[in-house]
Amino acid sequence: MLSQGLVSAAAVAASVLFILSLGGLSNQEKAKRAVWYGIVGMALAVVFTMFGPNVGGYWWMIPMMVIGAGIGGYLAKKVDMTEMPQLVAALHSFVGLAAVFIGFNADLERRRVMAAQLAGDASERFSAFAALVAEKTPAELTFLQVEVVLGVFIGAVTFTGSVIAFGKLAGKVDGKPRQLPGGHLLNAGAAIASLLLAIAYLNGAGFWTLLLLALLAFFIGYHLIMGIGGADMPVVVSMLNSYSGWAAAAIGFTLSNDLLIVTGALVGSSGAILSYIMCKAMNRNFVNVILGGFGGSKGPAAEIEGEQVAIDTGGVASTLNEADSVIIVPGYGMAVAQAQNAVSELTRKLRAAGKTVRFGIHPVAGRLPGHMNVLLAEAKVPYDIVMEMDEINDDFAETDAVIVIGSNDIVNPAAEEDPNSPIAGMPVLKVWEAKNVFVCKRGQGTGYSGIENPLFVKENTRMLYGDAKSSIDALLPMID
Amino acid sequence: MRIGAPRERAQGEARVALTPESAQHIQKLGHECVVESGAGRSAGFDDDAYRDAGVEVVDGGTALWSTADVVIKVREPEEEEVGYLREGQTLIAFFWPAQNEDLLERCKATGATVLAMDMVPRISRAQKMDALSSTANIAGYRAVIEAGNQFGRFFAGQVTAAGKVPPAKVLVVGAGVAGLSAIGTATSLGAVVRAFDVRPEVAEQIESMGAEFLFLDFEDSQDGSGSGGYAAPSSPEFREKQLALFREQAPEVDIVITTALIPGKPAPKLWLEDMVQAMKPGSVIVDLAAEKGGNCDLTVPDERTVTDNGVVVVGYTDFPSRMATQASLLYATNIRHMLTDLTPEKDGVIVHDMEDDVIRGVTVAHHGEITFPPPPPKVNAIGQSAPKEKPKEPTAEEKKAAEHANFLSQTKRQVGMLVAGGVVMGLLGLVAPTSFMQHFIVFVLACFVGFQVIWNVSHSLHTPLMAVTNAISGIIILGAVLQIGSGSWLVGVLAGISVLIATINIVGGFLVTRRMLAMFQKS
Repeated sequence: MLSQGLVSAAAVAASVLFILSLGGLSNQEKAKRAVWYGIVGMALAVVFTMFGPNVGGYWWMIPMMVIGAGIGGYLAKKVDMTEMPQLVAALHSFVGLAAVFIGFNADLERRRVMAAQLAGDASERFSAFAALVAEKTPAELTFLQVEVVLGVFIGAVTFTGSVIAFGKLAGKVDGKPRQLPGGHLLNAGAAIASLLLAIAYLNGAGFWTLLLLALLAFFIGYHLIMGIGGADMPVVVSMLNSYSGWAAAAIGFTLSNDLLIVTGALVGSSGAILSYIMCKAMNRNFVNVILGGFGGSKGPAAEIEGEQVAIDTGGVASTLNEADSVIIVPGYGMAVAQAQNAVSELTRKLRAAGKTVRFGIHPVAGRLPGHMNVLLAEAKVPYDIVMEMDEINDDFAETDAVIVIGSNDIVNPAAEEDPNSPIAGMPVLKVWEAKNVFVCKRGQGTGYSGIENPLFVKENTRMLYGDAKSSIDALLPMID
Repeated sequence: MRIGAPRERAQGEARVALTPESAQHIQKLGHECVVESGAGRSAGFDDDAYRDAGVEVVDGGTALWSTADVVIKVREPEEEEVGYLREGQTLIAFFWPAQNEDLLERCKATGATVLAMDMVPRISRAQKMDALSSTANIAGYRAVIEAGNQFGRFFAGQVTAAGKVPPAKVLVVGAGVAGLSAIGTATSLGAVVRAFDVRPEVAEQIESMGAEFLFLDFEDSQDGSGSGGYAAPSSPEFREKQLALFREQAPEVDIVITTALIPGKPAPKLWLEDMVQAMKPGSVIVDLAAEKGGNCDLTVPDERTVTDNGVVVVGYTDFPSRMATQASLLYATNIRHMLTDLTPEKDGVIVHDMEDDVIRGVTVAHHGEITFPPPPPKVNAIGQSAPKEKPKEPTAEEKKAAEHANFLSQTKRQVGMLVAGGVVMGLLGLVAPTSFMQHFIVFVLACFVGFQVIWNVSHSLHTPLMAVTNAISGIIILGAVLQIGSGSWLVGVLAGISVLIATINIVGGFLVTRRMLAMFQKS
């Protein structure tokens, strides 16, 4: 049995390692080392806590860990990179659910300890946590209850929210925003009811209040995320990431465990920053995204005059063969069509022909922050030619050809040109400044936001209709 | 429908309205193509090339005109050809209805439908059919080539062992399609190019082609967009200023290419005799407006003349025919696009939709009636004609003041937030036990550290960041580990499940992060 001092020392080491692990993600090469810091930190924390004072139930805990590790390892190995958003959402839901259970446990243990103390029975077997509770003053116990409520509530919202986000990302739930009649009033009602339950619970009501509170929070999580459209998922997933951190922090307070608090705070702030970056990239505020729908426009959007001019792969190939510099702008459509390998092959061929090929990635391209980067990396596109929007946006004017694959709103010039457009002011990739723009697209429809895209009728734009993967595959043999 | 292209009868016309390439596209629309034997010979397409493309080749105009439902041509019909026209037949050609009123009258009388390719409205949707532009493009290119042919020096400046060669100075007057094409060709040959146009809004286009825009400071400068993208006649005062500018340029420039035309009017005289006198011997003037009387006083249409002071004046009017292959390819493509618009269902049935701006615009005779001139198109040619107000550059003081105000408001906001945060802390400290406050300090500091660290994460690693934060948020397992040894079976079961799912999270998160990071490779 390790002493409490050693366990705390391990916790300090683990906190430092976690911070280093996140800090290391500033650069691709450092990141490969940084992830090991995280792994070692986690191993230290878990092993030292496991063998710390008053911990028992190994016969039950260790098999659970082994099974969990097996499932986790299998998932991590099997998952396709296009399925990363689903995986991340699913993992968030686990943290949420664990927070709910641990919150319940904390309350159950509190009641048991208090009952035992009243009965003066010292023979009852306590867990490490219960032993801690036994030493608490009444004021501390009240605070414990507040922390339990917070942990359970946030955890529950995270759980159902992540399950729905998973369903939407995996295509198992309809990606369109859908709400029960009553809309956000229902959410508000549930939140108020939760508050009342919480007050009742703090004033000594039974365990059922906590259970009911969790059910209401489950409903809020479900209903909130159901009301958000598929393309807003980058924000939703980052937000849930943040919530899972706050839930862990709240549980950390409950357990008076600083390592949980630190880690929860790190994860929570990370998710919050990601949400902020995503919202900024869409020029919308957070509340607006979460409550769904675009803000009202200030007037009629400008009419779009002109015609989408189609082109065949031969035409694209001849332009690409003559071009010196090419920028590829991928979007969610590339992931849907699984075209990343074809795109990578195209890149390789163009680069072999001595052309400058780069990628322009909008922060909200795809369904997860940084999703496009991962897909391209998987397809073996070197990361040093994959640029962020701010790095590449001024270079379009000197570019011979731009290939837009499966993105729409992030290349919409209306954001800059039409003050009445619903996306006015959103930062976009200025692809239209290039000499030629090829848009690889399934049909003539609008993007997810339903906004017309004047890019498609610009004079230097040609539309390559069809499935992204088959179009690029057809293009490949024509590049020399 | 049978689409037929006869041989052009006009003297010196080498172009043809149907090429083997365009025929293939037209056949895809469900039409049949037929061509008169020898029609493409001067443009470089022999009968066999047509046959290979699935085009029927017939001998003589009569055979063609009598069987074709739609006749596509380059030039307006000759006397003989008008005789062939019959009711229900469609003729597509450069018709120049304003100049050929008699001819139009006679064509109308036959009951045939006549589409004039020179009447395509200048709207973006119709650009693919704008045969005037494609012809002008060729003329502009060819003008430079002809000038180079007559000019005794290099275009590009060179420093050679045999001495230094100065670059040729080219002045292009009128920056329409032909002018811009000439500018592009001359700059790519290495000449120093200047250009002038009465429409100040084309300055940007001129500069984008690599030429210098000769700016004429005149208040009343006209807005060309109102007249469908073409220039309108200018006031006498403006003209005087313009001529003064040219007079200044005349001794300097080596090559002058004039392209100034006003629709439906004789070409304006812009390069006067005294300017020609002022030019250096060996200089060249190419007058693309020669057919309409010429921009230069000394132009003789269809001829190359040399003035007394040794300046060559080229007045050819057949530039497109001098590049018959290219001109035919482009014109045939324009025609093909026109037929595509006329065959909306791609089923070989021509639908003559008079509600369509473009089709209405080109139709000059339909069902025995003259439909010229058309009503003005509903769409403006140049969208951005409204002059844009330039945002005023803020002065240094204004900038400073703005910065200061910005700083103040930021300070206000930050101080406000700090005060609010402090008040909340204070209130919390009033009620919360000491042990809670100690943990709270840790929490707040960890949030700050988190914010500092995460801002440095590269955008491209956001997905691995989410996966790794996912993994470390599995630290919640510690809570379950601490509770699992409880005597209560319910607590034990819940804790056990928590251990299970938190472990999935930890192992899955870390492994998938590692997998992702290993994929990021440098080139």
